[in-house]
Amino acid sequence: MSVLTLTIEGRDVAGQTGHTILQVARENGIAIPTLCHLQGLSDVGACRLCVVEVEGQRKLFPACVTTIDEGMKVTVNSERLAAHRRRIVELLFTERNHICSVCVADRNCELQDLAVEVGLTHFDLPLLSPQAVVDATHERFGIDHNRCVLCTRCVRVCDEIEGAHTWDVMGRGTEARLITDMGIPWGDSNTCTSCGKCVQVCPTGALFEKGRSVAEARRRRPYLPYLVAHEGRTR
Amino acid sequence: MTEAGTPTPARRRRQESLIPAGPVRASAHVCMAAGCLSMQADTVFDSLCERVTARGLTDVAVKRVGCLGLCAAGPLVAVPEMGRMYDHVAAGDDAALDGVVDGLAGGEGGRQTATDPFFSHQVKVVLEHCGQIDPERVEDYVAVGGYESLTKAVTTMTPAEVLGEVSRSGIRGRGGAGYPTGLKWTTVAKTDSPQGKYVVCNGDEGDPGAFMDRSVLESSPQQVLEGMAIAGYAVGANHGYVYVRAEYPLAVKRLTTAIRQAEHAGLLGPRIADTSFGFDVEIRIGAGAFVCGEETALIASIEGGRGTPRPRPPYPAASGLWGKPTLINNVETLASIPAIIGRGAEWYSAIGSGKSLGTKVFALAGSVVNTGLIEVPLGLTLREIVFDIGGGLPGGGKFKAVQTGGPSGGCMPESLLDMSVDYESLAQAGSIMGSGGMIVMDDGTCMVDVAKFFMDFCREESCGKCVPCRVGTTQMYHLLDRITRGLASRDELGELESLAGMVRDTSLCGLGQGSPNPVVSTLRYFRDEYMAHIDDHVCPAGVCKMEPREAALAAGEVAP
Amino acid sequence: MSKPRLATIWLDGCSGCHMSLLDMDERLFDITERVDIVYGALVDVKEFPEDVDVTLVEGAISSEDDLRKIYEVRRNTRVLVSLGDCAVTSNVPGMRNQIGPAAILERAYLENVTINPQLPGPMVPRLLAMSRPVHAVVKVDVFVPGCPPSADLIHSVLDDLISGRVPVTAGVTCFG
Repeated sequence: MSVLTLTIEGRDVAGQTGHTILQVARENGIAIPTLCHLQGLSDVGACRLCVVEVEGQRKLFPACVTTIDEGMKVTVNSERLAAHRRRIVELLFTERNHICSVCVADRNCELQDLAVEVGLTHFDLPLLSPQAVVDATHERFGIDHNRCVLCTRCVRVCDEIEGAHTWDVMGRGTEARLITDMGIPWGDSNTCTSCGKCVQVCPTGALFEKGRSVAEARRRRPYLPYLVAHEGRTR
Repeated sequence: MTEAGTPTPARRRRQESLIPAGPVRASAHVCMAAGCLSMQADTVFDSLCERVTARGLTDVAVKRVGCLGLCAAGPLVAVPEMGRMYDHVAAGDDAALDGVVDGLAGGEGGRQTATDPFFSHQVKVVLEHCGQIDPERVEDYVAVGGYESLTKAVTTMTPAEVLGEVSRSGIRGRGGAGYPTGLKWTTVAKTDSPQGKYVVCNGDEGDPGAFMDRSVLESSPQQVLEGMAIAGYAVGANHGYVYVRAEYPLAVKRLTTAIRQAEHAGLLGPRIADTSFGFDVEIRIGAGAFVCGEETALIASIEGGRGTPRPRPPYPAASGLWGKPTLINNVETLASIPAIIGRGAEWYSAIGSGKSLGTKVFALAGSVVNTGLIEVPLGLTLREIVFDIGGGLPGGGKFKAVQTGGPSGGCMPESLLDMSVDYESLAQAGSIMGSGGMIVMDDGTCMVDVAKFFMDFCREESCGKCVPCRVGTTQMYHLLDRITRGLASRDELGELESLAGMVRDTSLCGLGQGSPNPVVSTLRYFRDEYMAHIDDHVCPAGVCKMEPREAALAAGEVAP
Repeated sequence: MSKPRLATIWLDGCSGCHMSLLDMDERLFDITERVDIVYGALVDVKEFPEDVDVTLVEGAISSEDDLRKIYEVRRNTRVLVSLGDCAVTSNVPGMRNQIGPAAILERAYLENVTINPQLPGPMVPRLLAMSRPVHAVVKVDVFVPGCPPSADLIHSVLDDLISGRVPVTAGVTCFG
């Protein structure tokens, strides 16, 4: 382990070999929006919200999985990045049926927060309004595919922390859906331990506790001491 | 040969080639690649054997071979000793069949391959043995010098010398991006890995209209295996995987046979050519996902996971299959290796031009007379490929565009016909070399419709992992759909262009990043066609069906 | 100089955004002092007037009637404001988009009705195939998201517009 120095948003910062841009930025109070990232879980670089510019490189880099280099010059906020991030959040909203006013996670939703953070006021693109179902076969929990953003936090927490690997993804493109076991109803899953970690890490109202109504979702993240949600974010 | 009667096709035993005991004066090479086989080339083969026997031609051979290239005119039979090619030799067509047998007996007929421009402009390195050897007989491959390069490499060269040879040849990856092969090999070779390394052959050819890899695997599978073994020796790997799509059952079958025969003959396996170097190859069959042609998705698929890409770095050269350094090359790249080692880097680098050296196989498809597989030196012009080799457009059709590079590629207009086909020129023109699909389009083609076709492909084949590709391509498809229905506004065209830039910039893998290319390139060269759809609600090519304005207004589909 | 002419209109929404407008309480006196309210729930005017400076639109575009009205509003309005989530995203009215209007009508007018079930006749405006946000149909100048937008936000937007400033709603309010 050696210490590397770099600049993020024009500030001189330092980090250790192997640390990611996101890690170092947040240690230094520099905010980078994220969605699929959750500290304590592996990173997949899927949501693309955390893409940053690195001087001398034409490509953009996802901060959550890009490790720092000596002398690196990182730009976190630029007009181009802001436009891309706004577009990503817009795409997520238009993909499924996010009706915040009737959602269990209203006012307690990372997607809603992101919309504010990236300055979204409306969608230029049409809503795709797909057919999506709700699986309420589990005794205590449910999944509403209308609200899923496919961040796969549930897949990872179930696999990496609980060790059950009940969740996975099936299908391609916008047809991709979360599945339990080999695509059977959640209530019939014999790998699910009903631990509820997936519900706790879900950024939206896709995974919910039964019995909670509109805007009643409560994320009890301290319940997962090995995970730090919302780090570096204020709301 | 034929006493066995007519067993059911499923049970039917493979007919061996008819080879006379004495010297061979002429031989009929019957194409047994998927295209001709689908037109009953196996029956043609049987018939020719019968007729040759019936005529008492004792110095004539009838051979099963791989792809002869001119797929549009199958079933094909070549008589190389006479420099002739017989096309449309349909099963049951007595005149055509007798024509071939007459030719074998010394008569006239068929195309002259030496003067026919389809053949005479080609330079065959990768396809050298395609159509010459029986792909299911390792003896045939050995007889034309097969495995000599591997033997030469392991017995007379150090791995560093092999690396040097490949680097100096200047060959670049033939799968799409054109990364220098020697550099890739050297990176893998330099990465220490006491737990081993892997060589992976990427045969997950999925571009619409592309069938180069399939033909090579069906026609000369041993050549690919030899290339892999040489690569293994150079980078320090003893295990290889060939990843082939399940849609290529014949390629899988011939590759399986090839591996078995090569191992049986001691050409693969432990202690190759009595050295300490061993190399074995396994086949992995894809499950039909286009994205598995992306190297990190391919690795995930081999490992038994869901075939989705992951961010790079780390590149597979550092951490690939099972976390080990992994060399991934395309079928065509690996099939070029035996020739490079056998004849030397200088010989190879003398072919081609500029930074694009060697030959490239293209699958010519679409509105072109000679649909088929061709191999040309890099640096030929599009015009030479489409008009000289391809024979131009059928029925005197007017050329409009040629699409290269598959769903990540672009459409080049008539004004670029004299452009040299090399990596740099194509990139500059807004396309890519890609794996080598080349689709010719005539003036009956609507370029917006073409862009929509490719976007539909991309959105359907998006793995769904990253947001820009998953949702961005879907939204782009819907915008294109509205344009082709005459519903879109200029604002929506602006949205399409903005999305194209965003999907390119932010997608996780190359497939997502490249997916806007068909839109961007058609907008660049055929913008007036887009504007005609948008402003005048007219499809100039007459392909798209415009929706009635009144109904669209009443439904709130368009603004007044 | 005459006062700016303000209109409000309620399309496919629940009227909650108008309620939130009223929630401005005493600030309403200040606003009404500074504008002429020429159309909307607060004044008894049948026809949408010409030459309106600002129109607040609540609700999505769901029926042929909504469509006709919004075209008329747009023709006669200088600054068109999408007020609230139904206008901005189609929100709850848009939930029927994945099911289609026929199934919705059947459920509402046939399945759930015990006395004389029948589908609505020509007196009821026909539903469009899709319920859309306002800006999918006409150009919108200012977006005020929220379900409903808070009275404070509506006040600051109106205050800006009356004073000739361009209101900024990005990042200042909860989205959805």
